[in-house]
Amino acid sequence: MNSAVETTPPRYAEAGHWGEGVRSDVHVAFEARDAGNVEISLESRVEPYYGSAILEQTRAVLDELGVKHARVAIHDEGALPFVIAARIEAAVRRAGSVLGKRSLPEPHPLPEPSEQDRVRRSALYLPGSEPKYYINASLYAPDAVILDLEDSVHRGEKDAARILVRNTLRAVNFGSCERMVRINQLPLGLEDLAVVVGESPDLILVPKVEEPEQVREVDRMIGEIKARHAMLRPIWIMPILESALGVENAFAIATASENVAALTIGLEDYTADLGVAKTAEGRESQYARARVVNAARAAGVPAIDSVFSEVADLDGLGRWAEASCAMGFEGMGCIHPSQIRVVHRAFQPGAFEIEQARKVVAAFEDAQNKGFAVVSLGSKMVDPPLVQRALKLVERAKAMGVIS
Amino acid sequence: MSVTEHVELARNAAGRVVPTMVNGKPQTPFLGTGKYQPRGRKAAPAICSNKDYPDSGDKRVADLETALRNCGLRDGMVISNHHHLRDGDKVALMALEAAARIGVKDLVWFPSASFASQKSAIELMERGVIHHIEDSLNGPLGDYCTQGKMRGMGVLRSHGGRYQAIQDGEIHIDIAVLAAPTADSFGNADGSHGRSACGPLGFGLADSTYADRVIVVTDNLQPFPCVPWQIQGNNVDFVVEVESIGDPAKIVSGTTQITRSPDKLRIAELVAQFLQASGIMKNGFSFQAGAGGIALAFVESLKQLMKQDGVKARFVRGGSTKFLVELLEEGLTDYILDGQTFDLEGVKSMANDPRHVATSPFASYNYHGKGNFASLVDAVVLSATEVDLNFNANVVTRSDGRLLHGIGGWQNCLFAGCTILALPSFRNRIPGIVEEVTTMTGPGEMIDVVVTERGIAINPRRTDLFHAVIGSKLPIRPIEDIKTEVETICGKPTRPKLKDRPCAVVKWVDGTVLDTVWQAS
Repeated sequence: MNSAVETTPPRYAEAGHWGEGVRSDVHVAFEARDAGNVEISLESRVEPYYGSAILEQTRAVLDELGVKHARVAIHDEGALPFVIAARIEAAVRRAGSVLGKRSLPEPHPLPEPSEQDRVRRSALYLPGSEPKYYINASLYAPDAVILDLEDSVHRGEKDAARILVRNTLRAVNFGSCERMVRINQLPLGLEDLAVVVGESPDLILVPKVEEPEQVREVDRMIGEIKARHAMLRPIWIMPILESALGVENAFAIATASENVAALTIGLEDYTADLGVAKTAEGRESQYARARVVNAARAAGVPAIDSVFSEVADLDGLGRWAEASCAMGFEGMGCIHPSQIRVVHRAFQPGAFEIEQARKVVAAFEDAQNKGFAVVSLGSKMVDPPLVQRALKLVERAKAMGVIS
Repeated sequence: MSVTEHVELARNAAGRVVPTMVNGKPQTPFLGTGKYQPRGRKAAPAICSNKDYPDSGDKRVADLETALRNCGLRDGMVISNHHHLRDGDKVALMALEAAARIGVKDLVWFPSASFASQKSAIELMERGVIHHIEDSLNGPLGDYCTQGKMRGMGVLRSHGGRYQAIQDGEIHIDIAVLAAPTADSFGNADGSHGRSACGPLGFGLADSTYADRVIVVTDNLQPFPCVPWQIQGNNVDFVVEVESIGDPAKIVSGTTQITRSPDKLRIAELVAQFLQASGIMKNGFSFQAGAGGIALAFVESLKQLMKQDGVKARFVRGGSTKFLVELLEEGLTDYILDGQTFDLEGVKSMANDPRHVATSPFASYNYHGKGNFASLVDAVVLSATEVDLNFNANVVTRSDGRLLHGIGGWQNCLFAGCTILALPSFRNRIPGIVEEVTTMTGPGEMIDVVVTERGIAINPRRTDLFHAVIGSKLPIRPIEDIKTEVETICGKPTRPKLKDRPCAVVKWVDGTVLDTVWQAS
C-alpha cells in the first residue's frame, strides 16, 4: 500500500441499519462524485406516506453538509427525521466529504436546567445505536435517560452513534427526564464530548474513572465548549467507578470537581477486575458499594447503584433495590422500562415513613413559630439530625411526586 | 363476468362512497346505525327426508372428491368453511383442490375467515376455479384483492354479519365443508377433543344449518355418539375421514406469550386503569378482549386490579387463552363465553370445565336476532390500524389502502357498553390517529375510548365517561392533541392515492354497505 492511497479519503461509505427486524432506523450508502448532480434512490417501508419528505430532507441535509455531487442510496425502515439526518451525516463523514459542517435537526425546546441534587432514583439506559428506543423513553417516567455511547455501541459505530446522540439530544422530547450521556472511556470520551456537549446534555457519565484527574479533564473540556458557545446551563458529571483502584479513590474522585453531582459504580467491570463472579446477592461487591456510598456522602453527593441485569426477574430486582436503598444508595440504572416502577418503589420512602417524617416536620415548624430551640413530639425530644432527615425525606417525597 | 367495471356508486349515511351492486346483487348503502329495518323471512335449506339417508346413520364416503360429487358440485357454487383451525387448517384447501380436480369453475369461496397459510387459493383464482372470496381476505389474499386481480368483488363481513347474511338469504351456501377435530359417522362433530382440537365449532353453525349440503371432514372418527355435538349430525350429508385436518401447532399455540414491548404493556395497563377508574370494573361486570399482544397484556393488568380491589366478573368473552382460563380457575369470573380458543390451555378448559361455554355467532353477534350477547358486555378492548378524529376506525386496510385483515368479531363487539380501541399512536413512523380513516370499518359514534401510549382520548359523545374519570391520574387528552403530537414526531404523512376502482366492500352488521376498499396499486 503506498502512502498516496492512505491519505486519500474513501469516496464511498455507509451508515445506519436496515433489513429484517430493524425498525425506526435507516441505512445510507453514500458515494462522492466529482461532477453531476446529487442522485438519490429511496426504498422505504413508509414510502407512500413519507417518500417525498425523505427525499426532500436528504437533499436539504446534503446541501447543509456542502455535498454537491454524489450518489446516495437510502433504505429506510421508518426512521424519524432526526435519525435520517444523523445517518446521512455519518455516511458522508465516513466518506470524507464533510468540510467541517453539520446538519442539525429541528430543535425541541430545552427543558428546565437540571439541579445538582435532583431526584435520581432511576436512569434508563438507551443504546446509542438504537434509535427506536428514544422517542417513547420518557413515557415510562424514569428520573433520567442515559444515551449510551460506551458499552452498548460497537467499536466501529462510535462515530455514527455520537452524531445520532447529538441529534437525539436536540430533537427528542424527553419530558421531565434528566438527559444524561455516557461517554466512552478517556481519551475517546473527549471526542464524544466535542460532539454532544453543544446540545446541552444535563449530565455526563464518565466510565472507568480511577483518578480525580480524569474528572477534571472532562470538566475542563465541558467548560471550554460551554464557554465557546456561551452556554450557561449546568452540565453535571457522574463518575462511574468500575475498578478496585477507582473504588479506592472514590472520595478524591467525588471531590475532583464541584460539578460532580453523584457517584456511581459499575459492577460488571468491577467484579471482572476483582476476578470474581457477579452474583445476584452481590456479596462480592458489598465492600465496594459501601465504600462508594460512604465516599459520596463524605463528598456531599448521592451514590447511585449499578444496574440489575436480569430483566425478567422483577422480584429479584425489587429485593436488590431495597437492599441498595438500605445501604444508602439513592437510585440505580435501569436497562428496561419495566424496571423503572420497581426501582421507584424501592427508592421512595414508604407511607409510614413519610407520615412519621411529616409529624416531625410539623413539630419542627411549630417549635420555630414559638421560638423554641428544642423540637418535641408528644413527650419526646427530637434530635436535630432526626429533624434534618425528616425535612429531607419530606422534600424528596415531594420531588418524587409521592406526596404533594 | 367482471362486475367490478362500471359500477354505480352512491354516498351512504356515513359519507362514504359505495357501490350499489356487488357481484351482481343489489346493495343497500349504510343508512346509519339501527336505521335499516329488515323485512321478509329468514332463508332456509330445502326439506330433506330420512329415506335419502342410511338407517345405520353411517354417512361416510371414500373421500372428499366423492362427497363433493355426491353433493352435486357444479360451476359457480358457493363453498363455505369455518376457520376454527386457523393458520393450521388443511380442510378448506383440500376441498377447493378436490373441486379443481373435478373440473368446476367460478366458485365463490366463503370461509368465516381466511389465513396467510391459504395463499394457494390465489393460484385457484388464477386458474379460474375460484371466482372470488367473500367474508374475509387476510394477508396475501387481501393483497391480491387490492391489487385489482380478483375477478369478483370481495365482500368483508363481521362474524355476526356472516351469520346475518346467511340467515337473511343474502348469500346462499351450496356446500359447506366443515373440519371436525372429532366426529361420528352420523356427522355429529365436536371441536374440543382429538389431536386437532380447536375448542368450539360455532363458526360452522350457520353453515351447517343453512347450507344445501354439508360435509364433515374429520381425522378422529369415533363410534356414535360423538358428544358434545357442537355440529348436529342431523344437518350433515356426508362424513369424510382424512389423515389430518390440520397442523395442531398452528391450530392453537402451545402457550400464549405476553408481549414484552414496553409500549404495548403501557397501553394495556392504561386500558385496565381506565376500567378501574371509570367504575366499569365492578362486581358482576363483564368484558371481552381479543388475543392480540395488547389485549392479552390488558387481561393480565386487569386481573391484578381485580384482585387488588376484590372484584369478580360475572362473565368474560373469549377468544380465550390461558389468561382467561386463569381468571376462571382463580374464581375471578363465573363463566367464559367462548367463540374461539387460541391456545392449548383454552382448549383443555373448554373440554373439561362446564363454566367454559362454547358459543356461536348466532348467540354472540348476529344483529338480526332477538338480541345478542355482544351488547350485554360492559367493556370490550379492540385493536385498529387507524382511528380518525371522529373516532371512526379501520381494522381491514393499512393506510396505503392494502387490504390485510378480515373484520372478525370486531364490528359486533362495538355494541358493548364501552368500546375501547387500544393501539400505538404510531407504528414505525406511520400514525395510527389520522384525519380520516382509509376504510371505515366502524362508525365513530360506536367507539367510546381510544387508548394510546401517549394518552387516552374519550369520545366527546360520552360525557358520562369523562365525568367518571374526573380526579383520576389518567392521561386523558383530546384526540386532536394526540394526533398533533404524533405529527410533530413523525411529520404529516401524505395520503396515498388510491385508484377509483372498488375491489371489496365492507358490510355493516345489518348487511348494508358501510365502505369500499379501493384498488391500491
